[in-house]
Amino acid sequence: MTTNLQTNSGGVSVQVRGLRRSLGGHEVLRGLDFEVKPGEIFVIMGPSGSGKSVLLRHIIGLEDPDAGEILINGESVHGGEVLDKYRMALVFQSGALLNSLTVGENVGLYLTEHQLKSPEEIRRIVAEKLEVVGLKDTEAKMPNELSGGMKKRAAIARALVIEPQMILYDEPTSELDPLSAAVIGKEILKLQERIHVTSLVVSHDRELAFGIADRIAVINEGRILAIGTPDEVRRSEDPTIKKFLTADFKL
Amino acid sequence: MFQNLGEMAMLFWRTLRALPLTWRQRQKVFEQFFEIGNASLLMVCVLSFFIGGVLALQTGPFMAERALVNYLGGIVGYSHCRELAPIMMGILIAGRIGSAMAAEIGSMRVYQEIDALRTMNINPVHYLVLPRLVAIAIALPMLVIFSDLVGWLGGAVVAAANHQIDVGMQPFFASLREVVDFQDVAHGVVKSFFFALIVGVVSCQQGLATLGGPRGIGRSVTKAVVNSIVLVVIADYFLTRVLLK
Ligand SMILES: Nc1ncnc2c1ncn2[C@@H]1O[C@H](COP(=O)(O)OP(=O)(O)O)[C@@H](O)[C@H]1O
Ligand SMILES: [Mg+2]
Repeated sequence: MTTNLQTNSGGVSVQVRGLRRSLGGHEVLRGLDFEVKPGEIFVIMGPSGSGKSVLLRHIIGLEDPDAGEILINGESVHGGEVLDKYRMALVFQSGALLNSLTVGENVGLYLTEHQLKSPEEIRRIVAEKLEVVGLKDTEAKMPNELSGGMKKRAAIARALVIEPQMILYDEPTSELDPLSAAVIGKEILKLQERIHVTSLVVSHDRELAFGIADRIAVINEGRILAIGTPDEVRRSEDPTIKKFLTADFKL
Repeated sequence: MFQNLGEMAMLFWRTLRALPLTWRQRQKVFEQFFEIGNASLLMVCVLSFFIGGVLALQTGPFMAERALVNYLGGIVGYSHCRELAPIMMGILIAGRIGSAMAAEIGSMRVYQEIDALRTMNINPVHYLVLPRLVAIAIALPMLVIFSDLVGWLGGAVVAAANHQIDVGMQPFFASLREVVDFQDVAHGVVKSFFFALIVGVVSCQQGLATLGGPRGIGRSVTKAVVNSIVLVVIADYFLTRVLLK
């Protein structure tokens, strides 16, 4: 299982400096500064609409900032060559599977398009990754035959196939039952131990966040409210953070 | 509609530069090619038969009155292959295939599938635009040749069946052979090649530029079809000027 991982040179570092971005006349990111170390699991928490998805899109180079910069291992992502140099994957909030392809073709797409492996090998790797996320034998299904949670898990399998040096997860457990969520959480941890991948996880899931994070950042309205180890964040005196971390249904 | 011309030119240029990758994408080119054939062959047949037929019907009685009926096959064959087949097939393909391209790529844009491709370092131009453009540029000229044959047959059938015209199949095709030569057919085919590029580039560009959720897909499709047709007709005039000796 580890044979094809050896090409990987471990996780990459991420530096975000003074990141600002306005969308639709509204400043979504208002000056973000933080650093993620190689091989770290960095969890970003924050309410809906606080700019978490937009932040991830900037980190992987899908969007250009109005100001500030993002460095991957010290190189700016905005040139475009960073994706040629480092393997990075984004698990979209919606999964973003290609609807015209089967689940198997989706999961193997990176290897097929870049012609990295033989068809038999790709089939084997796809089956292996689908099993990891609990979707054994779903290769022939079309994405629209899957539930939201299954799509998300297929998207995670598609990211795993890339053998990335950094994975960005956009709310990986938001549509999952607690059991599958735990499996995904464990998989994120296992991946870090095995290949020292850098993981950025956006999530509201407090159990997931405090269970897997090396460090947590809490963002609200495009600004970072707190950043630190799970314990430091838990002890934070900031009222917004306290409310966010302790909210429950018995209000 | 003309504000997209710059973006269309850019997209066309980027696709041209990707042409050496066509062999790698041959599977997708074949898929697109058969999809185009599948979606349009029957319509091409019906449309061409009636275009040929109506040409014979319009000109036949007029020529019969003036004893020019020996030229009917030539007139019908000539106008069909030089003008009507390429322009009508271009418009048909804009409506049938251009719309599908814009819708498909537009929905991929809206549902972040194109972003997903980009994060996997897969170039959307290579993956989506190149196979479509190559397939349509091969398919449309072939459809035009097919349309020529069916259209001529339609003209011949009407000429034989209508008693005001009453020209048999044999004299009809004899006249056609005398007037229409290879260059006339080639003229229509060459024009249709350019029409295919226009429809492909306009539709893919509109699809890629789709904004504003599912509603945006509908807007892109409409724009793709309308802009394709207008540009095809304009290009038809200038291509005819250039190709006419
Ligand atoms: N393409 C866009 N155009 C305009 N506004 C956008 C766009 N994408 C996101 N936004 C706005 O940015 C804010 C943050 O969005 P997002 O990052 O998706 O939030 P979340 O933290 O829930 O992931 C929201 O107010 C959203 O409306
Ligand atoms: Mg989000």
